[in-house]
Amino acid sequence: MSSRLFTKDTQAIFWNNNKSAIQRMLDYDYVIGREKPSVAAIVAPTSSNKFEKFFYGPDEIMVPLYRNTADAVSEHKSADVLLNFASFRTAYDVSMEAINMGDQFKTIMVTAEGIPERLARKMNQAAKDNGILIIGPATVGAITPGAFKIANIGGTIENIINSKLHRAGSAGLVTRSGGLFNELCNIISLNADGVAEGVAIGGDRFVGSVFIDHLLRMEENPDVKYMILLGEVGGTEEYKVIEAVKSGKIKKPVIAWCIGTIAKHFSSGVQFGHAGASANAERETAEAKNAAMREAGIHVPNSFNDLPALINQVYTDLRKEGVITEIEEPEVRSIPKNRKPKNFICTISDDRGEEATYAGFPISSVATPDTGKGIGDVISLLWFKKQYPKWATDFIETVLKTVADHGPAVSGAHNAKVTARAGKSVVECLVTGLLTIGPRFGGAIDGAAKYFKYANDNNMTPQEFLAYMKKEGIPIPGIGHRIKSLRNPDKRVEGLKKFANEYFPSTSLLDYALTVEQLTTSKKDNLILNVDGTIGILMVDMWRALGYTEEEIDEFIESGTLNSFFILGRTIGFIGHVLDEKRLAMPMYRHPMDDILYDVQPAEKIQ
Amino acid sequence: MAQRAIREYDGKAIFAKHWNDYFSGFHYSFKSVLVTSADELREKAKEHGFEWLNQEPLVAKPDMLFGKRGKNDLVLFKVEKPGDVTLEDAAKWIEEKQSHEVTLLTGQKGMLTHFIVEPFTPHTQEQEYYISATVVDNDDVLYMSAEGGMEVEEGWEEKVNEVRIPINMSDEEMERAVRANVPAGIPDEAKERFGSFAIQFFKFYRDLNFAYLEINPIVMIGNDMHILDLVARLDDTAGFMMKEKWGDIEFPTPFGMEDMSPEEKAIAEADAKSGASLKLTILNPEGRIWTMVAGGGASVVYADTIADLAGVKDLANYGEYSGGPTESETQFYAETIFDLMTRYEDPRGKILIIGGAIANFTDVAKTFTGIIKALDKYADKLKEHKTKIYVRRGGPNYEKGLKDIKDAAERLGLYMEVYGPDTHVTDIVRMALEK
Repeated sequence: MSSRLFTKDTQAIFWNNNKSAIQRMLDYDYVIGREKPSVAAIVAPTSSNKFEKFFYGPDEIMVPLYRNTADAVSEHKSADVLLNFASFRTAYDVSMEAINMGDQFKTIMVTAEGIPERLARKMNQAAKDNGILIIGPATVGAITPGAFKIANIGGTIENIINSKLHRAGSAGLVTRSGGLFNELCNIISLNADGVAEGVAIGGDRFVGSVFIDHLLRMEENPDVKYMILLGEVGGTEEYKVIEAVKSGKIKKPVIAWCIGTIAKHFSSGVQFGHAGASANAERETAEAKNAAMREAGIHVPNSFNDLPALINQVYTDLRKEGVITEIEEPEVRSIPKNRKPKNFICTISDDRGEEATYAGFPISSVATPDTGKGIGDVISLLWFKKQYPKWATDFIETVLKTVADHGPAVSGAHNAKVTARAGKSVVECLVTGLLTIGPRFGGAIDGAAKYFKYANDNNMTPQEFLAYMKKEGIPIPGIGHRIKSLRNPDKRVEGLKKFANEYFPSTSLLDYALTVEQLTTSKKDNLILNVDGTIGILMVDMWRALGYTEEEIDEFIESGTLNSFFILGRTIGFIGHVLDEKRLAMPMYRHPMDDILYDVQPAEKIQ
Repeated sequence: MAQRAIREYDGKAIFAKHWNDYFSGFHYSFKSVLVTSADELREKAKEHGFEWLNQEPLVAKPDMLFGKRGKNDLVLFKVEKPGDVTLEDAAKWIEEKQSHEVTLLTGQKGMLTHFIVEPFTPHTQEQEYYISATVVDNDDVLYMSAEGGMEVEEGWEEKVNEVRIPINMSDEEMERAVRANVPAGIPDEAKERFGSFAIQFFKFYRDLNFAYLEINPIVMIGNDMHILDLVARLDDTAGFMMKEKWGDIEFPTPFGMEDMSPEEKAIAEADAKSGASLKLTILNPEGRIWTMVAGGGASVVYADTIADLAGVKDLANYGEYSGGPTESETQFYAETIFDLMTRYEDPRGKILIIGGAIANFTDVAKTFTGIIKALDKYADKLKEHKTKIYVRRGGPNYEKGLKDIKDAAERLGLYMEVYGPDTHVTDIVRMALEK
């Protein structure tokens, strides 16, 4: 592990969507001018949102949200700090899962107080075995001023700047208490030049890292010129520090004080301070520890009240010796007092500049023929925020052209025509037609993609797939045609297949679908893969070839993206039918009564 | 609090409940009753399943978390000779012990309220062993000795074998280590059996989240185990996982420690209900300096400083509130303290320290509104007692909090000095004492 706990590039995964703590981190990032936000992702097990909005200075940014740590990690490999804000009931499980991810995490901070002691010990040991540093449990965390700050440590942004925690100073600070950590930072800023690295180790009896772990690292850290330790009555951890000072492992000056001298006045009945703070033996009392530290050559004041003067004295000496030099105060970016969260988010286009853009491309750069871009390119920018290769945009255009119309008799076109004859406007007629699109009209594209992909993903043989669909009670979407058959093939389908074979890098789902077709056509000649099925299936093949994951493709299907191609394409046809009706100026349509079966019974009376 | 003592009776009941799951090859007949009076014992003897109370010689002793009952002459096992105690003897003995206050050798005083009554187990000194387990540093440690009984503390080093069991030690390694350390003083024919029992004892201690478990002595007669005396503490942070296994467990107040005052009890109850932390211990109800300090660390520092500068006699209470208490929780906490501090006269007047470090996330102005409401209510009483109030706090929204409380003091005519993070956290104690 590096001698520096955190750097300006350190990023964390925040377990639990603790909005105010995360906002504090991002405010800090903005003030110190970090390039990347310190929170890479949030794990929120019960949320179905994909991101959470936070302020970054005056602006807002989106931090991605995941249901579990594994998903967050797979998208954010470089985030090596886990901020475990789970409750005392689940904090152990969350830590253990993270520890078992091998070298993903270098540091895990655990905030919960009162994790069962045996579980805390197991967690601490597992982390140690895997070379992972645990800070906590029962802590507010740690900070490397000017680089990275955990959650609420340091308090408000005003206090952070007052306590000079926005830039590195010279002191290494380790405390047990989180509240006094803040206080010490303030004291250090008033009496010296601030903190280089600070850790609150946590108040529970079994914490993952103790004073000596941090002081030994700080000894190696060139930014730390002297160290301050604030201990507590109870436990023997301070003696390890004494040993390290005596043996010369720690050479930098150490200032230390153990709080809880009050405890000597009372029998064991009174619990002062934290769970870890209770002396079981004489050497665990604050007095004994303060005396032993003083004897070892550690700077120990006479009381907590005298601590500031002692810090000032050690600091002044180090200045005189030239160990510490003057710090140049950096510029501080200020956070606006009143920030208003935005109600809408747009990630596809932007009309704020000179020229409106589609996913970063000015409209003029894609509009005219000399740009070489077609409507397929525009769709790839505005629908997928990507620049698809030519074979894919050509395919998209092929689809749009193929589905543009299918004559006046289909329900959508018929509705549009009836509405047009009622004297309604183009847009009214168009939406009437569009509203017919759904599971039964145009839905086969969606359905084919969904079910064929499901069968393929689950390695079903064609026989198993057919049996599965039979069990579900659904006719296979995308299979079957009114008149076309193997011997009399659908030319549109032939064209699509030919294009795909020639230009698609691979057509795995289509290949699978054709084996299914072999089976279905052996049962009945017209059970062919129809045009809807071919489009749905090739769309999946297109996305697979473009490098989307199966989950992302499933999401496209779920969100209705395939349907969108049908809606867009068929709009062309509907408008054609509406304009046709307007030109023909046909009168209001009334359906012939002889085409309706009237079967009306007198209503039964219910008592 | 993490480790909390339970009664001997409850400890044995947990053993009995899980005996078959843990102690295969051994037998334990759980014959024990816990009573709070002689009449309760007499009634118990009429119940089905407790016929043994009339049939067998008995042993009776208080079950109130203190040890060395033998040395304190608080174990009834004989009238004339060991093993002749009848039900009525035990009941009379309990009556007698409850008729006056009892002072232990340690000086702890109090009334006896709970007794455990069990059958007398005839056995020889050789059949008595010692076994216990607890956590030392980061490891579990199992202690075993061939000598049970109350003398074990004398000569601990020579008589007791220790087995350190790190948290990541496998069961195989643990079993090997325990077997290798079975005390030499245990007869050869019993070594194997004692080793097996010790291994199962450790697993039981571990899986049921005991923090400390001692049987002294344990009597082993063949495969019959007799738990003659037991001390146990549970890790109460594991309570949420152990609901089923522990059953409805009670954590009594240690003997000799005075029961909590109604005020302390009320704060403890509020604490249990709240997500925040509210703690109060009254050290000296007539004390002159009262504190209302936010934060576990800061509260200790204030207590240290008051004891250093004024002497511990003047320090009336110890306590803390933290973790973002609500306005009404803070108000309740403040009113409790104001009420307590205006009960006894002090010619020098009273000092109230409303202190705290620089908060990480608690909204200072919000918590101060609760204190201000309490000041409103108690202003007259506080003035009557010539109270000087010193405030020091920092953290989110502290400027508003300090201004609000200062305004309130002026409006109410209370003496108050108010300081922010520029003033050293405990310096107000010095200032208050110099006035």
